[in-house]
Amino acid sequence: MLHLSIFLFFGAICAAGAVNLLVQRHPINSALSLIAVMVSLAVEYLLLGAEFVAAVQVIIYAGAIMVLFVFVIMLLNAGVEERIEGSRVAMILGIPGMLVGSALVAWVLLERSGTSSVAVGSLPGYPKEIAGLLFHDFLLPFEVTSVLVLIAIMGAVVLASHPDSETQQKKES
Amino acid sequence: MTPSTLQTLPQGIEYVRILPEIVLSAFGIVIMLLDPLVDQRRSSRMLGTIALIGSLAAIAASQYQTQCPPGTAFWDMVRVDAFSIFFHIVVTTVTAVVILTSFEYMDVQQLHAGEYYALVLFGAVGMCLMSSAVELVLIFIALEISSISTYILAGYRRRVAISSESSVKYFLLGSFATAFFLYGVALMFGATGSTSIAKIGETLNAGPVPLLAYVAIALMFVGLGFKVAAAPFHIWTPDVYEGAPAPIVGFMSTAPKAAVFAVLLRVLFEAHAPGRLWLIWVVAALSMTLGNIGALVQDNIKRLLAYSSIAHAGYLLVAFAALPSSGIPAAMFYTAAYAAMNVGCFAVISHFASAGERRVTLEDYAGLGRRSPILAATLTLFLLSLIGIPITGGFFAKFYVFSAALQADLVGLTVIGVLNSAVGAYYYLRVIVMMYMREPREETPVAPIPFGLGAALAISGFATLYLGLLPGRVLEYARSAAALLR
Amino acid sequence: MAPITTLHYLVVAAALFVLGVVGVLTRRNVVVVLMSIELILNAVNLNLVAFSRIWGLQGQIFSIFVITDAAAEAAVGLGILIAFFRNKETVNVDEVDLLKW
Repeated sequence: MLHLSIFLFFGAICAAGAVNLLVQRHPINSALSLIAVMVSLAVEYLLLGAEFVAAVQVIIYAGAIMVLFVFVIMLLNAGVEERIEGSRVAMILGIPGMLVGSALVAWVLLERSGTSSVAVGSLPGYPKEIAGLLFHDFLLPFEVTSVLVLIAIMGAVVLASHPDSETQQKKES
Repeated sequence: MTPSTLQTLPQGIEYVRILPEIVLSAFGIVIMLLDPLVDQRRSSRMLGTIALIGSLAAIAASQYQTQCPPGTAFWDMVRVDAFSIFFHIVVTTVTAVVILTSFEYMDVQQLHAGEYYALVLFGAVGMCLMSSAVELVLIFIALEISSISTYILAGYRRRVAISSESSVKYFLLGSFATAFFLYGVALMFGATGSTSIAKIGETLNAGPVPLLAYVAIALMFVGLGFKVAAAPFHIWTPDVYEGAPAPIVGFMSTAPKAAVFAVLLRVLFEAHAPGRLWLIWVVAALSMTLGNIGALVQDNIKRLLAYSSIAHAGYLLVAFAALPSSGIPAAMFYTAAYAAMNVGCFAVISHFASAGERRVTLEDYAGLGRRSPILAATLTLFLLSLIGIPITGGFFAKFYVFSAALQADLVGLTVIGVLNSAVGAYYYLRVIVMMYMREPREETPVAPIPFGLGAALAISGFATLYLGLLPGRVLEYARSAAALLR
Repeated sequence: MAPITTLHYLVVAAALFVLGVVGVLTRRNVVVVLMSIELILNAVNLNLVAFSRIWGLQGQIFSIFVITDAAAEAAVGLGILIAFFRNKETVNVDEVDLLKW
């Protein structure tokens, strides 16, 4: 009972935060509601027994990534959008399409509901088990991720550094 | 560490199975380390040479893999077999050609070379891994490495507005597509309980296919369809190709596409994906038609080739709808032939565009036949191959694809494909007519062809002709690779 | 009161996915579009963690990789955005218009 009420409470915050993200006109408000979504999702992960993922969610997602977002919003001083309806074509084609799609997904999920019931906390998500998989079975993807992160750092440096600094260097040399 | 865990460390042979990736990343890191150390004015040529050596070493490493017995490595994460080696060689060769093309381009456009070459090599790491990965987690990471490096490279001319715009568009739609792909993967994990392609295949073969698997395949197909620019997910292509640096367009229209097609072949055939036929039928027909119709009205050669690449993705998907025994080799052959001719086209374009990429409209190509006969002749060869004229690789590529489709009784799709090839001939011939029949608009001499570009044109021209004159060996290799895949 | 099943979580994930897609399609601000994509990635993660209740820990491992990728994507995306902003002084998607059909 307590479990259900926690699930419903944070699930509701999650959905409300996502809706709020879409209707807010200033990006900084959207970013704050995205943080709310992420933190409430972390609680849902705890309910599912995934402790490590919950911690990572809060530290990396709600912490690091969202700080980056807020920083860029401040840096670009993006301001308020004049209108929020966006592209007409997207509205006319996209939203009914998405509704059909979501109905389809919901229907498919409902059909599976019989087999998917599992008792709470039956799955351990302790760091030790995670580490066992991460550094053995998933060693190669883990190592390859370093290339991904390297590219991301390099890309951010290349793109965000000021173009003039490069030409100055050329002149000096 | 206890002895038992030490024994489960990867064996030597397993490192050989990711040798091309190791070589490419090592050279990428060397370039990054040397970049701040060497003098700015000489760095471009020197780092480019190192990158070239890296890509050649990776080709050699892929060749070396053929000596070793095929098998898996790192606990069934990658599988090296004739199939993966084929795509490794396509990707690394394209990388080498693109680096050769970039030598001159970096000087002419006055771009900083260090990160550029490193990103090309790291991108190639991702593409190579995509073709040998047999686990969706690794496929996803490799896909992201290749995508993110191409997002950055698309915006590399960052003082130019259209380049950074093309980067924004490519990034937004690309990461949207990745999110779709991931949602599909998550649902596939839910439906089958595994992220390993072989195990997914077993589960889907064994019992009744859960409905969730159909939705999962559709979502994954949407995500990958974006990456290969198949209609109706092609909207980004012309804009991105127009804004991105020309050698990079040659790169991203061939190497990542080849890798994504390798993933699609593995996912669709090895995992026995349900409901694939009608999905591919519709997407292939749409891509061919929309691509060719769009190309008819283009005046910018980069946009024209962007639409042409959409059409070619459509022809390639026709092979996916055919039976595995003839469809997979046909698709592999098409990938190689398309890579050769398209990377060659963009080598010519990047040379002719000159500083600031000014000369990219069709009118600029008027009279090129007289102004630079060699350049015009090679471009003509590649365009004829794109049409599918005999003695070029494009002819046999189309021939094998359509005959595979006919073997599978896909008469409707074949008819659409052949009609589209006829439409396609018009706009390629328009470029050729422009080059040879029109008076040049300006008489300024075309810059002489430097050594690097000459080598790039020679390699891609040789590959195009080789596949057109002696297709047997490559096709035989593709057949043996396809037999291993099932 | 019915017990909570994996399905409950999947419904929340599906809702997040749909809201994310709507956000990408309707909002003009590039930063908000990026945040909508993050919303979809969160939906993916919730799916993976929920399914890992049935199938075992790989789902959670996968979700850690997804988070890493989201971080890389965000860093690159915001870098691209800064480069774009220098050239155009706007962050609206429909002003990404130098390139036409």
